[in-house]
Amino acid sequence: SVPSSPIRLRELIRTIRTARTQAEEREMIQKECAAIRSSFREEDNTYRCRNVAKLLYMHMLGYPAHFGQLECLKLIASQKFTDKRIGYLGAMLLLDERQDVHLLMTNCIKNDLNHSTQYVQGLALCTLGCMGSSEMCRDLAGEVEKLLKTSNSYLRKKAALCAVHVIRKVPELMEMFLPATKNLLNEKNHGVLHTSVVLLTEMCERSPDMLAHFRKLVPQLVRILKNLIMSGYSPEHDVSGISDPFLQVRILRLLRILGRNDDDSSEAMNDILAQVATNTETSKNVGNAILYETVLTIMDIKSESGLRVLAINILGRFLLNNDKNIRYVALTSLLKTVQTDHNAVQRHRSTIVDCLKDLDVSIKRRAMELSFALVNGNNVRGMMKELLYFLDSCEPEFKADCASGIFLAAEKYAPSKRWHIDTIMRVLTTAGSYVRDDAVPNLIQLITNSVEMHAYTVQRLYKAILGDYSQQPLVQVASWCIGEYGDLLVSGQCEEEEPIQVTEDEVLDILESVLISNMSASVTRGYALTAIMKLSTRFTCTVNRIKKVVSIYGSSIDVELQQRAVEYNALFKKYDHMRSNTNPSVTVITIQASNSTELEMTDFVFQAAVPKTFQLQLLSPSSSVIPAFNSGTITQVIKVLNPQKQQLRMRIKLTYNHKGSAMQDLAEVNNFPPQSWQ
Amino acid sequence: MVEGRHNENAAQTLSLDGKKSEDTQQQIIRETFHLVSKRDENVCNFLEGGLLIGGSDNKLIYRHYATLYFVFCVDSSESELGILDLIQVFVETLDKCFENVCELDLIFHVDKVHNILAEMVMGGMVLETNMNEIVTQIDAQNKLEKSEAGLAGAPARAVSAVKNMNLPEIPRNINIGDISIKVPNLPTFK
Repeated sequence: SVPSSPIRLRELIRTIRTARTQAEEREMIQKECAAIRSSFREEDNTYRCRNVAKLLYMHMLGYPAHFGQLECLKLIASQKFTDKRIGYLGAMLLLDERQDVHLLMTNCIKNDLNHSTQYVQGLALCTLGCMGSSEMCRDLAGEVEKLLKTSNSYLRKKAALCAVHVIRKVPELMEMFLPATKNLLNEKNHGVLHTSVVLLTEMCERSPDMLAHFRKLVPQLVRILKNLIMSGYSPEHDVSGISDPFLQVRILRLLRILGRNDDDSSEAMNDILAQVATNTETSKNVGNAILYETVLTIMDIKSESGLRVLAINILGRFLLNNDKNIRYVALTSLLKTVQTDHNAVQRHRSTIVDCLKDLDVSIKRRAMELSFALVNGNNVRGMMKELLYFLDSCEPEFKADCASGIFLAAEKYAPSKRWHIDTIMRVLTTAGSYVRDDAVPNLIQLITNSVEMHAYTVQRLYKAILGDYSQQPLVQVASWCIGEYGDLLVSGQCEEEEPIQVTEDEVLDILESVLISNMSASVTRGYALTAIMKLSTRFTCTVNRIKKVVSIYGSSIDVELQQRAVEYNALFKKYDHMRSNTNPSVTVITIQASNSTELEMTDFVFQAAVPKTFQLQLLSPSSSVIPAFNSGTITQVIKVLNPQKQQLRMRIKLTYNHKGSAMQDLAEVNNFPPQSWQ
Repeated sequence: MVEGRHNENAAQTLSLDGKKSEDTQQQIIRETFHLVSKRDENVCNFLEGGLLIGGSDNKLIYRHYATLYFVFCVDSSESELGILDLIQVFVETLDKCFENVCELDLIFHVDKVHNILAEMVMGGMVLETNMNEIVTQIDAQNKLEKSEAGLAGAPARAVSAVKNMNLPEIPRNINIGDISIKVPNLPTFK
């Protein structure tokens, strides 16, 4: 049968568009790929171009096309421009540095860079500038440098961007392009000017030496900018009544880099910046783009204060613009300048706060960040009010950041402790489930340090979770507080507001509810159980109830809870006497002496000595006789005061009578568990 | 810099960055389309890029024309407002090159769109913004291709010759008295 020629790209596209399902499309693609593969195998020059074009289309749809890579190289090596065009495009889309095959292009590119047809040279420059690897760039940098000096503006502008890519790949080669930059700015062609400014910008950003070297270009750049503004209508470069706004923006950016931290350069550009700032037509986006760039430059260089105020006021006007994009960029730049020009930005605070109510998410986010940056000691009350309102009504994606921001600002600028606690409470109750996990220990720390607010805090937290204990961070903080200050809660000691009447049982009710609730996370349950345990030393009537709860959880499925409960149970049993201890720096030790010999010990006296920083109190022993055969013990309680929390050490002396003789034992005890003295 | 066009049916992307695998590219397209298509009409044209598009330094800047979205992904070295203007220039250039460009033009002549974009953006940087300059260069290169086409190009040249003839509009319905003849839908010469 006569083989039909491969179908055209258009035909393929038409066919694929008729597919009604993904599966149908895949089938068509596979069929065509098979046809293309066999066509490739036939090494047919005529249709290679068409086949690769189809392959690129299928690649764009997401299908693998790697088997076309070598074919691209063959197309690049062809004599025809048509072939090269598709070949280079294919190379850019299908190849990158990871495939060794890309190096095979180097020779072709080298030849094409010297081709007699400028469009072929252009293709080569484009490809090299898009995806040339470091090796390729090293090999071909010389060719690029040559083309940077050509009088052909079409090639010169491409060579400039290609040079940028080369410099990015092989920074050491930057020096070699320096001579060619000498008269780049003398060009009349705007395309060349534009890409030249990009090249100069790249070099200045990379090397302080280059930056210093190119500062001398400031007057020339100022002149070019001036001509663009003053030149009047030029149909050649006009965009909405402004002459080449893209070039103006580029030049303004380069001026920014050159003027930064340099008084002389900044002065040289002062006038032109003022001129652009005051004369630019702002009815269209192009004007605003230039104005915006001017503002950024003014703010970044060492401009005089009058100019800076002018710039910030322009931004303030932008904030009131109907165009959302303008408002967005204004907020972005105000955010950048708020550190350096804080007071000037403060003047626009109310407009910024209004932006919190904008419908646009991007604008809201910017406004929120800026609002936080503007909070200070003077405006904290008003700003927090706005931000708390924002927290209430904003989208979920903002709540975590907003909550964190409020905590930070409150910590820095709280006018009073009461206000601070209230603000924390407000955040916890409003956005309690969005608060970050790490905020909980920080908040607990904060509350601990606000000693005079403990009663108020625990009361408010208690009331907050009574109604709703689903917000985990809120419940965690509340549980901890109740566990720590539960005594203040039940004794109704609150001064800041009307103290509530609540019994120990009611408190335990809520904590137990948290323990059982399905909504409670494991961590939260841990907090609740620990709180219940702590209340056993603060409550007086409900200790048995607490013991019961704790023992129940000794067999909890939750390993964390189980472990806690078991340890707490142990505390109840072994160290009961220690639990009633209200003074944490007093350690209570109970000694038990027993006698395994066949004769009793009499006149048993225990003595102990401790280091100087400690104080010792020995209470009366239970007896002075220890019966034989381990049939009885003497117990004695020692209280050790350890205000400096130093490691407890003790020298002990035992004296007694045994088998008719006086006995004495001396020993040092150094292995007290850390819990006893820390 | 990645430029993509999206419509309800098909998402097309042209990537001149070349560092990502096909899968990743498709993911990026999907994510971009998802982010952009749910944007309201009266919000700003800037979107912070999703997780796939390279982090917080990158933004999506887009413009909406009829059923098409033109999306540019840029980093902080580009002026956001300037990119909006650039997209406008790109669209106007497409319009000039395709003579009243429509969605179908972009779908069926993907390679041509690539070529136009290549005259505007190179290696992720803006190359040329003068529309007339770009169109001139494209025309010259297309002429070069045509001159190489030889026999295989003959039908194409005939087609473009017919296209340039001023044919009257083809009537869709011919009504004579109470006879109504529906004219069959002839394929266009495009």
